[in-house]
Amino acid sequence: MPTVGLKRDVLFSILGRSYSEDEFNDLCFEFGLELDEVTSEKEMISKEQGTDKAEGASEVIIFKIDVPANRYDLLCVEGLTRGLLIFQQKLEAPIYRMIELPANSINQMIIHPSTAAVRPFAVAAILRDITFTQERYQSFIDLQDKLHQNIGRQRSIVAIGTHDLDTIQGPFHYEALPPKDICFKPLNHKKEYTAIELMELFSTDSHLKHYLHIIQDKPVYPIIKDCNNVVLSMPPIINGDHTKITLKTKNVFVECTATDLNKAKIVLDTIVCMFSQYCAAPYRVEGVKVVSPDGSYLMHPELPYRKEIVSPKEINKSIGISEDASSIASLLTRMCLPSVIIDNGQSLEVEIPPTRHDVLHACDIIEDVAIAFGYNNVNRTISDTNCVAEQFPVNKLTDLLREVIAAAGFTECLTFALCSREDVADKLGKNIKDIPAVHIANPKTLEFQVARTTLLPGILKTVACNKKMPLPLKLFEISDVILLDKTKDVGARNQRHMCAVYYNKVAGFEVIHGLFDRTMQVLEVPNNDYKFIPVDDAAFFPGQCADIMVRGQNIGKLGVLHPDVITKFDLNMPCSVFEIDIEPFL
Amino acid sequence: MAELSEKLLTILSERNEFDTLDLSIELQFDHQRLVGAVKSLQSLGDVITCEQRNSKQWELTDEGKEIAEKGSHEALIYESIPLEGINQNELLGRVPNGKVGFSKAMSLGWIQIDKAAKDGPRVTKKVEAIEDGVKEICQLVKNFQIDKITDQQKNECKKRKLISEVKIVSYFVKKGTDFKTSVSKQEIELTADMIASGSWKDKSFKPYNFNALGLPPASGHLHPLLKVRTQFRQIFLEMGFSEMPTNNYVESSFWNFDALFQPQQHPARDAHDTFFIAEPEEAHEFPMDYLEKVKTVHSIGGYGSQGYKYDWKLKEAAKNIMRTHTTGVSARMLYQLAQKEKFTPSKYFSIDRVFRNETLDATHLAEFHQIEGLVADYGLTLGNLMGYIEQFFKKYGIKKLRFKPAYNPYTEPSMEIFSYHEGLKKWVEVGNSGVFRPEMLLPMGLPKNVSVIAWGLSLERPTMIKYGISNIRELFGPKVNLQKIYDNPLCRLDK
Repeated sequence: MPTVGLKRDVLFSILGRSYSEDEFNDLCFEFGLELDEVTSEKEMISKEQGTDKAEGASEVIIFKIDVPANRYDLLCVEGLTRGLLIFQQKLEAPIYRMIELPANSINQMIIHPSTAAVRPFAVAAILRDITFTQERYQSFIDLQDKLHQNIGRQRSIVAIGTHDLDTIQGPFHYEALPPKDICFKPLNHKKEYTAIELMELFSTDSHLKHYLHIIQDKPVYPIIKDCNNVVLSMPPIINGDHTKITLKTKNVFVECTATDLNKAKIVLDTIVCMFSQYCAAPYRVEGVKVVSPDGSYLMHPELPYRKEIVSPKEINKSIGISEDASSIASLLTRMCLPSVIIDNGQSLEVEIPPTRHDVLHACDIIEDVAIAFGYNNVNRTISDTNCVAEQFPVNKLTDLLREVIAAAGFTECLTFALCSREDVADKLGKNIKDIPAVHIANPKTLEFQVARTTLLPGILKTVACNKKMPLPLKLFEISDVILLDKTKDVGARNQRHMCAVYYNKVAGFEVIHGLFDRTMQVLEVPNNDYKFIPVDDAAFFPGQCADIMVRGQNIGKLGVLHPDVITKFDLNMPCSVFEIDIEPFL
Repeated sequence: MAELSEKLLTILSERNEFDTLDLSIELQFDHQRLVGAVKSLQSLGDVITCEQRNSKQWELTDEGKEIAEKGSHEALIYESIPLEGINQNELLGRVPNGKVGFSKAMSLGWIQIDKAAKDGPRVTKKVEAIEDGVKEICQLVKNFQIDKITDQQKNECKKRKLISEVKIVSYFVKKGTDFKTSVSKQEIELTADMIASGSWKDKSFKPYNFNALGLPPASGHLHPLLKVRTQFRQIFLEMGFSEMPTNNYVESSFWNFDALFQPQQHPARDAHDTFFIAEPEEAHEFPMDYLEKVKTVHSIGGYGSQGYKYDWKLKEAAKNIMRTHTTGVSARMLYQLAQKEKFTPSKYFSIDRVFRNETLDATHLAEFHQIEGLVADYGLTLGNLMGYIEQFFKKYGIKKLRFKPAYNPYTEPSMEIFSYHEGLKKWVEVGNSGVFRPEMLLPMGLPKNVSVIAWGLSLERPTMIKYGISNIRELFGPKVNLQKIYDNPLCRLDK
C-alpha cells in the first residue's frame, strides 16, 4: 500500500478547516485511507540517519497517509484533497477535457518501429499556461515518483518524462538507437555523455542505478527527441538537461513510455487530471497526436468518460441496505462517480471519470455506494446458509493423534516447512541428489533452500536450541513434508508425517519403540500386523535402524541416530527417533 | 528424640519457661540437639510457643577442644621430658605441635636446654611441677564458665586461635495454649496397612503442609500456537463451516494469483515477496476451458468487466511458487463447486501455512498460518459478511468491531477488520475481508446471482496478543522456549 507524505497545514488549508488528529483519522477511516504516522522531515531524518544529521531540517508537520494501491488519483495532495472535499460534498467533481488541436499541429509524437525491441508504447500531453509554485512543483515531482514506484513498477512498466515545452519544438520522435549513437547532456549535469558513458556514470548513482537493468542489455535504447534532434529523455533512465522544468516554466510536455499501453494511459491521465488544476484554463489539457509505426494515430490524453448502467435494486441487495435511487445517486456523486436516474428509477447511469481507472466492473460501483453509505452503518446479519460441517480427514486424524502423543508424555514442536539443503541431506548423511525435494529458486537465506522432506531436522534444531532444559527431552511433531510427485498438477505434494524424538544420556530406544507401539494401539493395528525390518541408513547407528512395515507397507523408519548426525545438529547426547507417514491410517 | 521432647515438656511444666541456651548449659547438653527437639515440639501445633533470640558466645576451636581434653602443647612437652633429659629433636618428634609447645615452655621457664651436649642439644626440666593454665581456661570455656576468665586470658587464647566468638540463635520457650507433657510420634501418611489393621484410629497424623508445592506430573504438552488453531477450528465447526484440503504448499501462480484476478504484473508476484520454485519449476496441468476464460477476463475483460488490458501469458501462470495465501485453495474449491450439476450453498474454512519471501524480524517469518472462512450462496450481502465476521470474533471474545474500506485485487467491496483493543485503548487491525469479484467467480462457471463472501486473518497475531509474545520466533520454529510450552495455560479464546 503506497504512503504519501503531505504537509498538515497545506492539507488543512485546502480542506478549508483544521482537524484534530482523531477527527482526521476518522475522516480517513470512512473514506478508506489510513493516517499512518504524524511526523516531520526532521523526525524522519533523525530516525533514519541519526539526530545529528537532522539538524536544520524542516520541522513542518507531515501526515503520512496510506492510500489503497489502486487509487492513483489519491497519490498527491491535489487529488487527495479533491477526493475528500467531493466526499464531504464541499466540492463538485471537475470535468476533465482534452483540447484537440488541428491535425496538422506540431503537437505530435511519432513512434518509430525500432522501439518495438525495447519499449514499444508512448503517450503524451501538454499542460498549457500552468503556474508553478515551490509547493506545486514539489508535488508534481513527488506524484511522478509515486507513479513510477507503484503502477510503473520501478519504471519498468511505465516511465514519465516532463519537459519545458518552450525549449523544444514538435513533432517529437520516439525511437530506439544503439547506445553509442545516443549522446546528450543529462539532467543536472554539465557535459554531454554517450549512452554507454551514462550507464557507467549512473552505475554508482544511489537512485538511478536501480533502473539501469531495464534497458542495460538491450541492443537499442529508447530515446525521445524534438524535430531539431534535441534530446528530451532516455526513458526509463533520465531526462535531458535542456528541457528541465523550473518554477518559471509555463508550458509542460508530459510523455509516458511503457511496455503496457493501458498503464501508460492511466499514468498520463492521472498526471494531467491532477495538475491541469493549475492551468490558465483549469482541467483542460492540450492533446498530442501520437502516431504509431503503422501510420495510424490517436489523440492523447484520452481522458475517457465511461458510462455504466447499474440497478439500484441490485446495489441494495448486494450491500444489504434499502436506499432509493436518488439517494444512491448522491452517494455515488460523493465518490466522484456522478450518476443520473434513468428508466423511471429502475436504473442509474454512472459516469466513470478518467481519474477512476480503478473502476473495472459494476462491483466497484457497489463498493463506492457502500463506502459513501458507511460500512459501519450497514446492518450486520447472518444468512440462512445451512451446511453440515465436515473436518478434513487428515487434519481430524492429526488432531486426535496429537492429543494421544502429548498424553504419552511427549511435547509438541512446530517447525518450519522450509529449510536448507544440508538439513535434509548432508546432515543426515545423504546426497541432495537422492532426495525428492522441492527446491526454492530465490531464497534470501540458506534457511529456505528446499521444502522439507522429513520432520526430523526441525525437531533436532528445536532440541539444539533447548539444550539447557532438563533431560530427557521427548518431542514430536505431526505436520506436512513436501515431496516431488509427477502425478500432481504442480509436480509436488504434501504428505502428513509424524516424527518423535527421545533425547537423553542413553539412547532409550525402548521409549521410542513404546511410543510407536502405543501409536499402533490407538490406530487399532494389532501387534502381528506390524514389524520392524533391520535396514542400513546413513542417518542411523549401524544395526539400530529398521523399516517400519504395517500390513506389508513401509511407512517409515525407527532407530538410534548416528553420532555424526547428532554432532552435525550441534547436539551431544544419544537420540532415538521414529518418523512415519500417517496417511495410510486415514 | 521423643524422650528428650518429653523431658523438655516436664521442665517447662515445672518452670513455665526456659531459654534453650541456658538449659543446654545447665543440662550439659548439645544446644543444637536441644533446639531440634524444641522445633519438633513446635510443629505439633500450640503445645509451646517460641521466641527467637540472638546472642554471642565464646566457643572452643578444634585446637581448643583438644587442649581442654589433653592439656596444652607446652604442658605436653614438659610431661614428655624424662628425669635424665632428652635430645631436643627426639622430644619434638614425640609431641604433636612440639615446636609451639617447646617455645612456650621455654618462655614460661619450665624447661632448659644444653646446646653443648655431646649428642646434640639436650633438654631437661627446670622446675619440679607446673600448673597448666591454658588447659584450665579451655575447660572453663567448655563448661560455659566464661565469666571466670580474665580478659587478658581470653585475648591470649583468642590470639592462639583456641577460642572464637560465634553467633548463637536460641529460643525462649513458654507453654502454649495446648500445652501437655506427653507427645506421641505423628504419622505422615495414611497407609494400606493402617487401614487393614485399623491402627489409624489410634494414631495422630501430621497435618499436611499446604504451603509446599506439589509434585509436578510427568506430562507432554501441545504447542501453544496449535492449541489456538484447535480453538479456531472449533469456532468454524460450530458455525457449520467445512474444512478445505489445504495440504498443498506448492501451488501454481495460476491458482494462487491468476484465478483470483490478480494481474501478472502485481507486486505480490515479485520475487521480492514470493518464493518461486526451481524444481518443479512449472505446473503442467490446468483445466484448459477455465484457463482460457481467466486469460480473457485479464486481458480483454468480459462478464461486465473492463479487464486489465494486458498481454496475459501462460508461462507466467504456470510458474510454481510456495503459496502466498490459502485463497488459492478456496479458488480450487469454488471451481469444483461450479462444476457440480447443481450449485449447493457452501461454507468453507481452512487454517494452514502460507509463505512469503520476507526478511525475518521480530514480527515477520517466511511462513505463517492463515485462517480463512468463506460462504458461497445466492444473494449474500455485505451486511452478511460483517454479520459472519461479528459472530466469528464474538466467539473469540472480541465484541467491538468496525470496518474500513480497503483494496484487494480479488475482492470488491473489500474491508479491513478493526477491533477495539481495551489494553492499548485503540483500534487495531485484526483481519481482512471482502466479496469475491465477479471476474474471479464467473469464469469458474458459478451462477451469476451467487456471491462469495470471505474473511481472513493470521493465526500468529491473535496468539501473540493473547499470550503477550513480542517475538514471533519464540512462538514458531526451533527457537521456541520449551519451558514456555510446558507452562502454557489452557487456550480459552473468550477469556
